[in-house]
Amino acid sequence: MTEPANPTLWQGFAAVVKRDLLLAYKRPGDMLNPLFFFAMVSTLFPLAIGPAGDQLKLLGPGVVWVAALLSVLLSLNSMYLSDLEDGSLDQLILSPQPLPLIALGKTVAHWLVSGFPLVLVSPLIAITYQMPTETIGVMVVTLTLGTISLSLLGSVGAALTVGLSRGNALLSLLVLPLAMPVLIFGARTVALAAADDAVSAGVYFLAAYCMLALSFAPFAAAAALKISNE
Amino acid sequence: MTELLSAKNLTVFRGERCLFHNLSFALNAGESLLIQGANGSGKTTLLRAVAGLLDLEEGEIRWRGFSTLAHRQAFHGEIAWFAHSVGFKSDLTLLENLRFESGLRSTSMGRLSAVLDKLGLTSLTQLPFRALSAGQQRRVGLARMLLANAQLWLMDEPLTNLDTAGQDLVVNLITEHLQGGGACMLASHQAVGLNSDMQRIVLQ
Repeated sequence: MTEPANPTLWQGFAAVVKRDLLLAYKRPGDMLNPLFFFAMVSTLFPLAIGPAGDQLKLLGPGVVWVAALLSVLLSLNSMYLSDLEDGSLDQLILSPQPLPLIALGKTVAHWLVSGFPLVLVSPLIAITYQMPTETIGVMVVTLTLGTISLSLLGSVGAALTVGLSRGNALLSLLVLPLAMPVLIFGARTVALAAADDAVSAGVYFLAAYCMLALSFAPFAAAAALKISNE
Repeated sequence: MTELLSAKNLTVFRGERCLFHNLSFALNAGESLLIQGANGSGKTTLLRAVAGLLDLEEGEIRWRGFSTLAHRQAFHGEIAWFAHSVGFKSDLTLLENLRFESGLRSTSMGRLSAVLDKLGLTSLTQLPFRALSAGQQRRVGLARMLLANAQLWLMDEPLTNLDTAGQDLVVNLITEHLQGGGACMLASHQAVGLNSDMQRIVLQ
């Protein structure tokens, strides 16, 4: 009998993503909660402010971005919690796969479940703010880059606070300062697009920030997970 | 006899308290080591330290002569971990849980039906893990150990929640694993019904 070799890195990564997506599918509530929050906050604003078009156009980008940021924060706490509680985290750490890869897999699954639906819904929200089509395009691009960055930054915070009983407040405190550039550049770029100004600088910055987070966050999250699990 | 695992001068603190100091042992192929001691004496901590889940204050653990810290992934490819919380997702079915393992580590999924049969789990494969009883959940943990091609089994209280048949099964599985040239480290406060020539560490 030949012994089967260890699975490749890609197989390990794919297995983690697939498992987390399957878990989200079996518990749709966890996935829909942040999405409902995002949709509710951003649709309630126009109702409260009133239908004046100019005002809505002015506020729209900021409101959508704040709602997106908060809804991603809301979903972060549960990222590693169940793995810690049922002992899966031990098994993940003790697997022959590199831990940063596993953390990246979990982050990708988290974005697919919490960030991506938000990007998909955002054009509908934008219509309530009377955004023109070109602005909606810019908003979708910036939100995509921004939510990926937020998931990556959030994975580090979630890994650091997973063992703590009241980690949620601490998690927000840890992640929010790092998320500020994303919020400022994201909302500002959409506002510039609405004013028919050049947007490429903002999009480039968000893309660069996303790449920076992608290259550091998995390693930081892996180190944090090891400490939290001791 | 090939030496698989050797530990030298292990010292671990939990907070301010020193759980063990200058602990050394070695484990050859086909040997087993039983860690005994009262509750809170550090049995689980020692196992976690050997597995690499916990940092050592002092000392060094070597696997096949290589430091486990420096060759972490190679070492993790050869161990199987069986602890109190089995580490399966309660929303996924038994089969989905075991399939996930095959993406992480080398497993012989070809032996799946034989292993499930041996553990009496064949009729439960499509049930969500949450629907299984505590003892059945432990048996799924055993299935994972059997499917993994691991040389070293690290088992924390392997007999809890199992009925007498299950406990006999664990003992038989360990005996078979040792005969096949594997090694096993157990932490238990119960007398494990293995043959008496196993090494023992008693923690104070």
